[in-house]
Amino acid sequence: MIFVFFLIILMLTAAIAASIFRDLISAVIAAALVSLIASILFYFLQAPDVAMAEAAIGAALTAAIFIIAIRRTERYEE
Amino acid sequence: MRRIVAILLLIILAVGISLSLAKIPFGTPKTKVGKYYINEGIEETGAVNIVTSVVVNYRGFDTLGEVTVLFIAAIGLGAVLTTSVKGETRKIQPASLVLYTGCRLLFPLILIFGSYIFIHGHLTPGGGFQGGAIIASGFLLIYLGCRERRINRIASNLAESLGGLTFVVIGLLGLVFGGYFLLNFLPKGIANTLLSAGIIPIIYIAIGFKVGSELASIIDNLIEES
Repeated sequence: MIFVFFLIILMLTAAIAASIFRDLISAVIAAALVSLIASILFYFLQAPDVAMAEAAIGAALTAAIFIIAIRRTERYEE
Repeated sequence: MRRIVAILLLIILAVGISLSLAKIPFGTPKTKVGKYYINEGIEETGAVNIVTSVVVNYRGFDTLGEVTVLFIAAIGLGAVLTTSVKGETRKIQPASLVLYTGCRLLFPLILIFGSYIFIHGHLTPGGGFQGGAIIASGFLLIYLGCRERRINRIASNLAESLGGLTFVVIGLLGLVFGGYFLLNFLPKGIANTLLSAGIIPIIYIAIGFKVGSELASIIDNLIEES
């Protein structure tokens, strides 16, 4: 139970960090961390099917697509 | 002033959402249809994984729609990206030795794991969408580690088309044999064995191929353009 609360606090921290980072690559990594922790929490909520999809799509593929887009545009936000 | 209004609105929104969420009793059975799936699902569909029996059997038509949405998204992305002007070919910086070796070592294992997930979709958690996404993340690893390699476009388009075609043809066969679309016309077999649950494993294997090749070709399109 304490572990789950720790994960939730970590997830909230990562979500806030993703919105305030000026370096967009760091923001994408923080957003991927949110997805990764969400998938662990889905597993604890006994939804392994959703956890698998969240880990593969949210943490890996979405982050990759964002990083490809950032490579084509600007890395640092004004 | 605008900031204060925004903060007030956010507070009202947060209070509203938390009050309404507090009213929902999590973890207790609410609907009759959920109970029906849990009690009768294994008997009726032969799939031990109830989620799979809902996704492919009870709500099979919705899944066909979902697959179509993904297909249209991939086609649209390909159409938008191929009409834009090709830039000059930049020099590809090779990956480090650790990344190169690691990705060559891990890629076949990820493929096997993804295939295991979608072949055993009716027995263990997971299924076509999850397995396909895992396979696509394996292809992403190949793009990171072995940068001069590209997927074979013809093979991926063939896998994608055959996957979709298999899904629709099996649905139409149900219409031929039993009178309605996506009828489970094959024998159910013994529950909890690999060859059980009739058409569910066939459809999930088709979805796995389709989703995997679609997501891999989306990444391929984006990397080609960047």
